[in-house]
Amino acid sequence: MKKNAHKRQILKFAVLKNITRAALLVSLIALVSVVAFILIRGLPHINMQLLFGEYTSRSPSLLPAITGTLYIIVISILIAAPIGIGSAIYLTEYTNSKSRLIRIVRIAVETLAGIPSIVYGIFGYLVFVVALGFRYSLIGGGMTLAIMILPVIVRSTEESLLAVPLALREGSFALGSSKVRTIFSVVLPCAASGIVTSLILAIGRVISESAALLMTIGMVVNKVPENFASPGTSLALNVYYFGSHGYPEEAAATAVVLLVLVMSINILATALGKFFGKGELAHG
Amino acid sequence: MMIKAYRFIKARDYLMRAVFMLCAAFSILALACICVFLFVSGIPFIGRIGFSNFFGTTWHVDSQAYGILSMIVTSLYLTALATFIGVTTGLLTAICLFRFCPKRLIPSIRQMVNLLAGIPSVIYGLFGLIIIVPFLRDYVSPNSIGFGLLAASLVVSIMILPTIVSVSLDALNAVPRSYYEGSLALGATSEQSVFKVVVPAARSGILAAVVLAIGRAIGETMAVIMVIGNSPVMPHGLFQSVRTMTANIALGAKELGGDAATALVSTGVVLFIFTLLLNISFNLLRGGEKREKKRTQKTDT
Repeated sequence: MKKNAHKRQILKFAVLKNITRAALLVSLIALVSVVAFILIRGLPHINMQLLFGEYTSRSPSLLPAITGTLYIIVISILIAAPIGIGSAIYLTEYTNSKSRLIRIVRIAVETLAGIPSIVYGIFGYLVFVVALGFRYSLIGGGMTLAIMILPVIVRSTEESLLAVPLALREGSFALGSSKVRTIFSVVLPCAASGIVTSLILAIGRVISESAALLMTIGMVVNKVPENFASPGTSLALNVYYFGSHGYPEEAAATAVVLLVLVMSINILATALGKFFGKGELAHG
Repeated sequence: MMIKAYRFIKARDYLMRAVFMLCAAFSILALACICVFLFVSGIPFIGRIGFSNFFGTTWHVDSQAYGILSMIVTSLYLTALATFIGVTTGLLTAICLFRFCPKRLIPSIRQMVNLLAGIPSVIYGLFGLIIIVPFLRDYVSPNSIGFGLLAASLVVSIMILPTIVSVSLDALNAVPRSYYEGSLALGATSEQSVFKVVVPAARSGILAAVVLAIGRAIGETMAVIMVIGNSPVMPHGLFQSVRTMTANIALGAKELGGDAATALVSTGVVLFIFTLLLNISFNLLRGGEKREKKRTQKTDT
């Protein structure tokens, strides 16, 4: 009797094990099919006209979106990188973790990271489009995204700063360097690879984002933006626009471009991390 | 001379400290700004048009009915369904990757999962639009409508899958190996040890994965807007065009002005409050868990 129950239990868990295998299979199929179907649908429709041609309603082009995306990357990284790295330095180098300001900053960063991007979109709309009078513009969108990627940069920069051994700082102090000198000539160079990786990942976030931009840059898909203040579009936004305005082939082709871009950025970040990781080991 | 240089260095130290502090304070400022701007323009509007109008069930801009109850309900349904599908599949996948799959496959699968976590949500939305919606329409749906809660839940659950897998796999890997081995030594099979010992020990990390999933599901806009149909009505089934709060905001963003635009901001306020509540309850839960851990450690020693 008892033996039977034991056997049944073992059997039950063996079944569970196979259920997990089925789940793995389902996950892999689902994820691979996303990439595969986008590639199958999109690749045949990529051509020079789509990528760099003149925009007409019969044959749309991605040139406005590519220009817009570049503008937004530049604006958001230029704003978010110094502020993010600065706050990470303050959080790791200046105070003990029990100080009240640090606790509040940490809570703020965590909360910012949890806010949905559409809420950032509303904020950007209220502040940049309406209150500051930028109208729909690339600069408003870039600033909105800068706030959005700030938590990403702060967190990962903090991690790479914490990974710099304390002994290096102490050695620098012992040689008579000031705090600022230690930070700029010892800590930051040591953490450079990690910081660069975090910036690359932040660029990936910027490229992928569409909801916050929908409300701030105007989604003008047919005109190449002239400067920072003009309205525009981005690649991710174009996928939505083409998909919901009756251009399914163009949408899929744009998605392929976006996919390749994001994937290569992530691969670059991973490769950099690995490359520098090895270098640091050799030094240490 | 020396003293002058020393003073200069001292002053530079103070100045840079202030600069770094300002950078750190920027996050607080940004959060405060977001709260102030949303609440100042969103809350008075709810008061003006009336609580019962705003939390009513009819959204009809022309007759100034701004009821978002149906969208709140849809958002909650979508979140529940997508999180359920995503977390079940993702957690089981992570368990399989943790112990029940050939060792040499693991690194490549992990790398793939990490890469897929970075795919923009709008691409998942497009996948839903050109593959899932037609499939549901032709083969599954009883009323030949593909758009709706099921399509959106499937898309969102695929989207959050990589995150859930990698976060819960990290949690499982963080459990000390001795737990597993100890359980084996007591005569349990490998499967029993994983399900009864390792998984419960990793529960706080798994909880973090669930919270992340809920947060992404409730806040997801682009993937949802492309597959859910966007009619502002109460959901009565899985195959019916409905609208979430996020979709409501994004749809109205370019078309609406005046009162209606403010109604979108108020919708954003409700969404914002939901995510804040989620974050706070998660932090409380985690805080409770930490305290519990400390207590057990104390009783251990």
